[in-house]
Amino acid sequence: MSAAPRSPGRLARLLDSDIAYSFLHSPVALPSALVALLCIGGALLAPWIAPHDPFDLAGLNLLDAFTPPVFMPEGRLGFLLGTDDQGRDLLSTIMHGARISLLVGFSAVLFAMTLGVAIGLLAGYVGGSLDAVLMRIADIKLTFPTILIALLIDGVVRAALPRELHDRVALPVVIFSIGFANWVQFARTVRGSTLVEKNKEYVQAARVIGLHPLRIMASHVLPNVLGPVLVIATLNLGFAILAEATLSFLGVGVPPTQPSLGTLIRIGNDFLFSGEWWITVFPGLALVTMVLSINLLGDWLRDALNPKLR
Amino acid sequence: MTHAEAPTAASPTASPPAPPLAEAIGLRRDFDVSRPLLARLVAGEGRRRLRAVDEVSFAIARGETLALVGESGCGKSTVAKLMVGLYPPTGGRIRFDGAELGALASRRAQAAYRRRLQMIFQDPYASLNPRWRVRDIIAEPIRAFGLLPDRAAQRARVAELLTQVGLAPADGEKYPHEFSGGQRQRISIARALASAPEFLVCDEPTSALDVSVQAQILNLMKELQRQFGLTYLFISHNLAVVRHMADRLGVMYLGRIVEIGPAETVFATPRHPYTRLLLEALPDLEMTGRARTPVGGEVPNPIDPPPGCTFHPRCPLANARCRAERPELARHGTVEVACHAVEEGRLAEGAALPVAPAAGA
Repeated sequence: MSAAPRSPGRLARLLDSDIAYSFLHSPVALPSALVALLCIGGALLAPWIAPHDPFDLAGLNLLDAFTPPVFMPEGRLGFLLGTDDQGRDLLSTIMHGARISLLVGFSAVLFAMTLGVAIGLLAGYVGGSLDAVLMRIADIKLTFPTILIALLIDGVVRAALPRELHDRVALPVVIFSIGFANWVQFARTVRGSTLVEKNKEYVQAARVIGLHPLRIMASHVLPNVLGPVLVIATLNLGFAILAEATLSFLGVGVPPTQPSLGTLIRIGNDFLFSGEWWITVFPGLALVTMVLSINLLGDWLRDALNPKLR
Repeated sequence: MTHAEAPTAASPTASPPAPPLAEAIGLRRDFDVSRPLLARLVAGEGRRRLRAVDEVSFAIARGETLALVGESGCGKSTVAKLMVGLYPPTGGRIRFDGAELGALASRRAQAAYRRRLQMIFQDPYASLNPRWRVRDIIAEPIRAFGLLPDRAAQRARVAELLTQVGLAPADGEKYPHEFSGGQRQRISIARALASAPEFLVCDEPTSALDVSVQAQILNLMKELQRQFGLTYLFISHNLAVVRHMADRLGVMYLGRIVEIGPAETVFATPRHPYTRLLLEALPDLEMTGRARTPVGGEVPNPIDPPPGCTFHPRCPLANARCRAERPELARHGTVEVACHAVEEGRLAEGAALPVAPAAGA
């Protein structure tokens, strides 16, 4: 593509669009976007901005264990949110944990989206018995609860692989489990939009030229069905992060050597009733803030892209 | 990359009939309108088929415009889609420049013919991909057929096409939504011309446009036809538009051609009762103040068409034979008509049709 100057300028046109207006004038969008950005930024930059390195065993001191948050009488300035049972700084662990959570969330959504969009496009565009078969599979998939599927996949992998190997593939397995549990929503939405688009005359024009169906799907139909997919992806991101936290809380998610937010909550849960509440509450709060802001953003995006609600 | 300067159509000296460029022979197309399998089993009914196009035959000579007219649902758009291969025919054959399109096995062989026939669509708002720039839309056939490998040449060709249809080369940078309906139709035409085709199928190309814009588009199409020696199959329900465009005219009713012949002859002396009713319904200055015969009744359900001549429930001349026996096209001078009443001379030429249909359905 050329870098030729465009008459109004891309940025100017973006700022002039309905979406930008809705974003700047929505009471929800801007704050939640800021919070989400803060969470994601903090997580991504954790190795550089976190006050301690929780995985550096040499830097840990068991004497620091169970230090309460800084606002409590016994709190210490070095550990803003206190420490856990190993003496790890909670703020740093949360930042690193959020990294794992986001990694799993984004990857799982990406996987679900790729699988779902491909299946939806194929079912909608080809139609006929292929459509019927794929959509019945989707219906069957819908009858199983998401967590159950994820537990099932994880359980099978756990039983099939030796322990040391399992730890290495644990992260991809979690991503696959959560992604596989979520493709149906993408597939159904894309199929619906595809059914509408494929009868439009621009698709027929491409067929008259004799383009290969796969090429028509990829270059003509796909760009026109992606709008709702983005909304679902955003909403699904929050869900995927939660699902990962649930799995980790249940102890079947990521290995304890790479604690995610869910793992931190589970570890802290053991000390909840012995008075060290901060070990579980702060990771929980971080999880809630992150998921809530992403979900609010998704809700706003859904409304902003829906012409009927304008 | 220029069009071959084809000989201008129908030069009066060419007396031996040239082989037609495009030909439909006994074309048939059924649609399955059955309810889903489960519903059919519950209700205990069989498959239901709708015959949208029934034994349609015509030939279009190079450089000529054949127009098909008829009411909504008469199958004229289906004929258009059959001709460009959007639907496979249920029966019959389509020939293009001597080759049978259905018999071409390889993609390569098909592509050679597809390049030569293109389509212009009805709805200029749906026929352009909203996410594509105009220059990419127009360049798509060029790229698909690999006509111009180098990008600079493609751009030059797109600019040339845009100029030919009355737009500016700079318009190629814009998106379809930045254009009006008439301009979009010009873009559609530019895309159709991009592969330098010989045969254009136009499915109601102006029916979604303002009347003033319609005339511009029609004149553009005529001009392009003259310039490049294009052959048109022109589908329309608008008789005024057809009168402007057509060399030959086919009138369709319920999936069949009931009258076909030179446009001037059909307009001057319509023979089939349906054609006569259609033309009488057309307002013109000479008719002012005279009572018109309305086309009574509705088009019958094509899933369950009436026996015999499908027009008999609405025909003022129908008799027992029309209700039992289906008329076939028969030649009357330069025109072919499928009607028992015309064949038997039930009505003197030029005499007015009786007002009410003779018999109820």
